[in-house]
Amino acid sequence: MDTLIGLLVAAPLLGAGILLTGGRRLDRAGHLLGTLLALTSFVLAAVLFADMLGKDTGRRTLTSHLFTWVPVDGFQAQVGFQLDQLSMTFVLLITGVGTLIHIYSIGYMEHDERRRRFFGYLNLFLAAMLLLVLADNYFLLYAGWEGVGLASYLLIGFWQHKPSAATAAKKAFLVNRVGDIGLSVAIMLLFTTFGSFAFSDVFPKVGQASATQHATVTGIGFMLLLAACGKSAQVPLQSWLGDAMEGPTPVSALIHAATMVTAGVYLITRSGAIFNAAPDAQTAVVTVGAVTLIFGAIVGCAKDDIKKALAGSTMSQIGYMIMAAGLGPIGYVFAIMHLVTHGFFKAGLFLGAGSVMHGMNDEVDMRKFGGLRKYMPITFVTFGLGYLAIIGFPGLSGFFSKDKIIEAAFAKGGTEGWILGTCALIGAAITAFYMTRVMLMTFFGEERWKDGRTATASPDEPSAEPAAAHSAHGAPHPHESPSSMTIPMIILAFGSVFAGGLFSINSAFVKWLEPVTGHSEGDSPVSTGTVTAGTMVVLVLGVLVAWLMYGRRPVPAVAPKGSLLTRAARRDLLQDDFNHVVLVRGGEHLTRSLVYLDHSLVDGVVNGTAASVGGLSGRLRRLQNGYVRSYAVSMLGGTAVVVAATLLMRAV
Amino acid sequence: MNPANYLYLAALLFTIGAAGVLIRRNAIVVFMCVELMLNACNLAFVTFSRLHGNLDGQVIAFFTMVVAAAEVVVGLAIIVSIYRSRHSASVDDANLMKL
Amino acid sequence: MSAPLMLAAASSQTSTGEAVQFWILAVVAVAGALGTVLMKKSVHSALSLAGTMIVLAVFYLAEGAYFLGIVQIVVYTGAIMMLFLFVVMLVGITAADSLKETLKGQRWLAALCGIGFGILLIAGIANASLDTFIGTGSANKADGGNVQGLAHLVFTKYVWAFEITGALLITAAIGAMVLTHRERTEERRTQRELSEARIREGKQVTPLPAPGTYARHNAADVPALLPDGSISELSVSSTLRERGQVRDVSRDAMQRLAALDRASGEWLGRRMPALERNGANGNGNGTSNGNGVNGGNGNGVNGANGNGAAQVNGNNGNGRNGSGSAEEGAQ
Repeated sequence: MDTLIGLLVAAPLLGAGILLTGGRRLDRAGHLLGTLLALTSFVLAAVLFADMLGKDTGRRTLTSHLFTWVPVDGFQAQVGFQLDQLSMTFVLLITGVGTLIHIYSIGYMEHDERRRRFFGYLNLFLAAMLLLVLADNYFLLYAGWEGVGLASYLLIGFWQHKPSAATAAKKAFLVNRVGDIGLSVAIMLLFTTFGSFAFSDVFPKVGQASATQHATVTGIGFMLLLAACGKSAQVPLQSWLGDAMEGPTPVSALIHAATMVTAGVYLITRSGAIFNAAPDAQTAVVTVGAVTLIFGAIVGCAKDDIKKALAGSTMSQIGYMIMAAGLGPIGYVFAIMHLVTHGFFKAGLFLGAGSVMHGMNDEVDMRKFGGLRKYMPITFVTFGLGYLAIIGFPGLSGFFSKDKIIEAAFAKGGTEGWILGTCALIGAAITAFYMTRVMLMTFFGEERWKDGRTATASPDEPSAEPAAAHSAHGAPHPHESPSSMTIPMIILAFGSVFAGGLFSINSAFVKWLEPVTGHSEGDSPVSTGTVTAGTMVVLVLGVLVAWLMYGRRPVPAVAPKGSLLTRAARRDLLQDDFNHVVLVRGGEHLTRSLVYLDHSLVDGVVNGTAASVGGLSGRLRRLQNGYVRSYAVSMLGGTAVVVAATLLMRAV
Repeated sequence: MNPANYLYLAALLFTIGAAGVLIRRNAIVVFMCVELMLNACNLAFVTFSRLHGNLDGQVIAFFTMVVAAAEVVVGLAIIVSIYRSRHSASVDDANLMKL
Repeated sequence: MSAPLMLAAASSQTSTGEAVQFWILAVVAVAGALGTVLMKKSVHSALSLAGTMIVLAVFYLAEGAYFLGIVQIVVYTGAIMMLFLFVVMLVGITAADSLKETLKGQRWLAALCGIGFGILLIAGIANASLDTFIGTGSANKADGGNVQGLAHLVFTKYVWAFEITGALLITAAIGAMVLTHRERTEERRTQRELSEARIREGKQVTPLPAPGTYARHNAADVPALLPDGSISELSVSSTLRERGQVRDVSRDAMQRLAALDRASGEWLGRRMPALERNGANGNGNGTSNGNGVNGGNGNGVNGANGNGAAQVNGNNGNGRNGSGSAEEGAQ
């Protein structure tokens, strides 16, 4: 069984290798090969899962050591895998959703002449992501971490002929780099503190280390949080996620909604031992989570671009997870649970959005949609189920997971618990509002795309998913997508509906993950029933407000000016402006002053040295006049000195 | 008379030869001055041989003569070839080492 | 030789004869050395050096180094100094060195270093305790003679150095050949080709004039005279021309012709025109090379006269002085 773990990673890696080096010969079958290998990985994962279920709770962890990557005396970087319940959950999510999105992409990317390469990148991403969650040490995790970053970069910039896509890819890469620095520093600190970076070596020692080296452990926690912020698009490193929507929609669904952006949650949950020992770092984590969940929700309310609205929603939902993970043992399980359910319904929503765009000539502006439920029934139903799931409609998966998180937030206790719980509740209300808004603007109301202006994309949103650029410009003819696209959506809709309930029967998910992450029931000041009722109230409130604003009245096809907050939210709450003013301008000033310093001081020293050497040599050159007799005088003088020295030595 | 006087004479001749090397510009004369210095050394060697009562000093002087002969042959050949190309035997003209 | 023998032979004074010889010859040696350094002409320098070397040879003999004394004369004075003289002749005997210093401060530095060095050497010798000496007598006797003793050392103790020296000599000989040898890069042109080339050029078709034509003179450095009395540059070797060693005796010869005319005129009782005299007077500033080489010839001519003409070729080595005398004689 152990060897299957390696194969789990190897299958998509092999696919990436073949597809990226195989050349044009594979153009015709490349997508099938990529999908097949992703499916292979999923089947392997399912086999391993079945095997794991058959074992006792305490003996479910599988390890597999392949080879030693960097064998240097005390620094032993192993390539070894560890498959426990946490990893298993991720593996199933990644391979399952990944396979579905592979299948979806077959239809979605059908007309793209670089489809083979796209599938190669997707496989590369799968391999890197599996490596990330299967690694048994931080060093290998870092390799996977960088691998998904690379795949993300390649896929966001897949349509590199669009300057916006190229810029977005670059931005994502750069912002992620800031987070990666955090992870690498954390790994270095781990190595200097514990002498190792393997999970099995580090975690048992953290407890005693926190007593003696509390500051170091807290520092490691903060560095890990920075890494998580970068990868999971949390404030203050969230700015790349909105732009990342320039990538093809399946990429947005797979990487920037369901899997890669949750790597930060995985990292924090996996490093639970470290965070448990560093309460200050935990406080920072919940703060980041709470701020992001409100932040992302506000951004999601203002965006007219359907994908960017969903991106804001993703940010917000991951904020929930990070917050839950920051709560410690009360929240780890629910963070992962929400992660899995979110994986289902957010992937489904993105695929639905992709399907809508597919039928609408790649239009992304929701103000130019409307009344599509008649034309795309399957998309409407699946998207609607995802919508109900995300807002936490009772009985659907989002309801269970989000409710648990809100409960856990209150259970944190004290003022902190009240603040976090309130934030979570407000977040739930806003979630209900913006998701209802998306739903109403897309599938209900009058058909705003019929006035013919749809053909030209709004200038500030350079749309054009060129995959479908072949379709003639003019009024779009909304149609249902091919079955290769709808089937994954249906499957994901099933997941959205039933996963949460399934997990909650008998607290199955809690029992499943408890051996790895630990679990404790918090001491909640409000009862479970009260929380659920509160959640229901804010949900209804959010939906109602949205209906009043968008359902009752016709939606203007051109966005109104809006309030100050709306305008700010349309600009991602001025995050980019803030970055520009603080970082870009600051960097420019810094470089300018450094250039000045370089010119005046460094060059001055260098040139001064050169000039003084030159001047000195110019004078010394006079000595070297080239006349033999001059040199002879020097020789005789030297000899005289030597004789004198000899005589003196003898005299002494 | 003490034979050390031979040594004083040798020192004097050596110094005169050295001064000649420094002062004269004609390469041939410079060479002669070098020979003078060598001869002064030989005189000193022979005198040392006498002072110590063994022949080793004379053997060294003999070798010095042989080496001096070789040196003169090569040196004069160089002077001749320089003269052929530059029409001058002045050591100051051969300052090609100067930039 | 054993240590007691050395001690037994040790003494502190040489014989009086050697002392006298030393003090006389030392002065000669130093004079020769100074002459080497200070003489303007390199020939003179070479000769002074030869003198010093011979004095040194005498010193070697006096100190019991018989073999070296002879070698000094044969090798140094005989071979090396001859080589020097040979090169001096080859390079240019007349190229007198100006002793004016061209390098700034060179002379002062040289004097400073030289005097300092000399003082140090002499102080060093004076500092050494050289009260007694052993002498070479016993060492020479040990092997039955100075040459045998040297041979014994050279072929036993110093045999390695001896071999190396041999290699050095061979290297030096080859080096000298390499340095002075000039490879002929083109075929030597035959006489036929040379004459063809000469005719093709058309500059000098006939053979070059021999020196001494119309000059009643057969020295290689005296150019031939053309019918108008000027000299023909072509008649002397180009090497001599480049060195500036051509002796222009045209004035001299013209003057002698004039004197001959005058003498025969007087002999026949004719008066010389005044103009002639002025022309003869004008050659007071000819080349400086004219000297008494042609004295004998002139004397022969003027011998019959026995008058002022004898002063024309006076042996003061300066022929143009004679013109004035000839003038006086004519008057």
